Amino acid sequence: MRVTQGCFSFLPDLTDEQIAAQVQYCLDKGWAVNIEFTDDPHPRNTYWDMWGLPMFDLRDAAGIMKELADCRRVYGDRYIRISGFDSGHGWESVRLSFIVNRPREEPGFRLDRQEAAGRNLHYSTHSYAAGRPEGERYADQ
Amino acid sequence: MTQVQEQIRETPPETIDLRHEFADLGIGDVLDQLDSELIGLKPVKTRIREIASLLLVERIRQKMALATTFPTLHMSFTGNPGTGKTTVALRMAGILHKLGFVRRGHVISVTRDDLVGQYIGHTAPKTKEILKKAMGGVLFIDEAYYLYRPENERDYGQEAIEILLQIMEAQREDLVVILAGYGDRMEKFFQSNPGFRSRIAHHIDFPDYSDGELLWIAELMLQQQNYRFSPEAREAFTQYIGIRKEQPLFSNARSIRNALDRIRLRQANRIVAKLDRTLTADDVMSIEAGDVLASRVFTKGIGAAGEGR
Repeated sequence: MRVTQGCFSFLPDLTDEQIAAQVQYCLDKGWAVNIEFTDDPHPRNTYWDMWGLPMFDLRDAAGIMKELADCRRVYGDRYIRISGFDSGHGWESVRLSFIVNRPREEPGFRLDRQEAAGRNLHYSTHSYAAGRPEGERYADQ
Repeated sequence: MTQVQEQIRETPPETIDLRHEFADLGIGDVLDQLDSELIGLKPVKTRIREIASLLLVERIRQKMALATTFPTLHMSFTGNPGTGKTTVALRMAGILHKLGFVRRGHVISVTRDDLVGQYIGHTAPKTKEILKKAMGGVLFIDEAYYLYRPENERDYGQEAIEILLQIMEAQREDLVVILAGYGDRMEKFFQSNPGFRSRIAHHIDFPDYSDGELLWIAELMLQQQNYRFSPEAREAFTQYIGIRKEQPLFSNARSIRNALDRIRLRQANRIVAKLDRTLTADDVMSIEAGDVLASRVFTKGIGAAGEGR
């Protein structure tokens, strides 16, 4: 099951050219661009690991594309996303975030139903991939 | 079948109007500006014109789908202090941007401190950070020979050099590196880092200015600040240049600028000394012979301390 979160996630995967154009848009707006990765795709997992430091003061997307290539070389079997952080007054938050790399196989989620008191049901989603320890979740691909 | 495909694919233009292409890019203006605003430096200007022509032709070849590789644009500027290396590097970025060989046309000017770290593991991220900032523009490394310190084999400069070389080769389309430094020391630097010499396509040597050019520069500087020499002061300044050139630590245009700063100081002092009078614009603009002749360069003669007052 294809994980859809952030911008563009219902579109086909962006090409490097398209990613560079989006990154350039962020830089032109003066946002700090971050590269983050994770192998726990649960939608509530908002804190992904950062690849290096946030990149601000850059003029051209080429530097970030190089970092992305480096990150893919190391964590090519995980989810990688790029986010643009606007430090402007009143915003001070992420303005744009999109997935730029995903594992080849995405096994999806299991829905757990827990019968609680009365006729209540508690639902929870459980990633099939998260059954294995961190770092090995998509390792056999 | 193949013929049909050929036809479908967009065919490159067979003829390109050179003048139109030239005017379209607006490099003519940049080159003219270079000619008019920078005095002397004949070989440098010729070389820049050559490079600009090469790049123009390269661009046309690209349009005609004849170009195969991206030209190497890394440069090295060598010359004595104050010969205009930094100024030209800034202009170069503009030219390259107009020709479309760098995407943004900004210049990141760095020295050893910005590239080399202070402890193990500090250098690589620091250098990469700077390189990332310079992507799409020009990285200007002033006094590049300081990167390499042969006397200390554990110096981290070598690490910075290796990263630089790697990026200069791999990402030629993204970044143009310009090294600058004094001639003899750059020569030594290239000797100990042969990789650098071969990766740099354009070695440009900046000649020293002649006396006439220095005077011209001085007049231009004064004009920009709304000052001017009186005829006698010009005469005196010509003498000043002649004497100052023979003294140690002469750094061409920079020495001239410093001399003018001190002359302005003395002019102001002279004006303020007589308080009981009315001044005209002419009075505060003109520099008299006395302002120039009071310089220590005249009294101490040859061999006086470096940047004499």
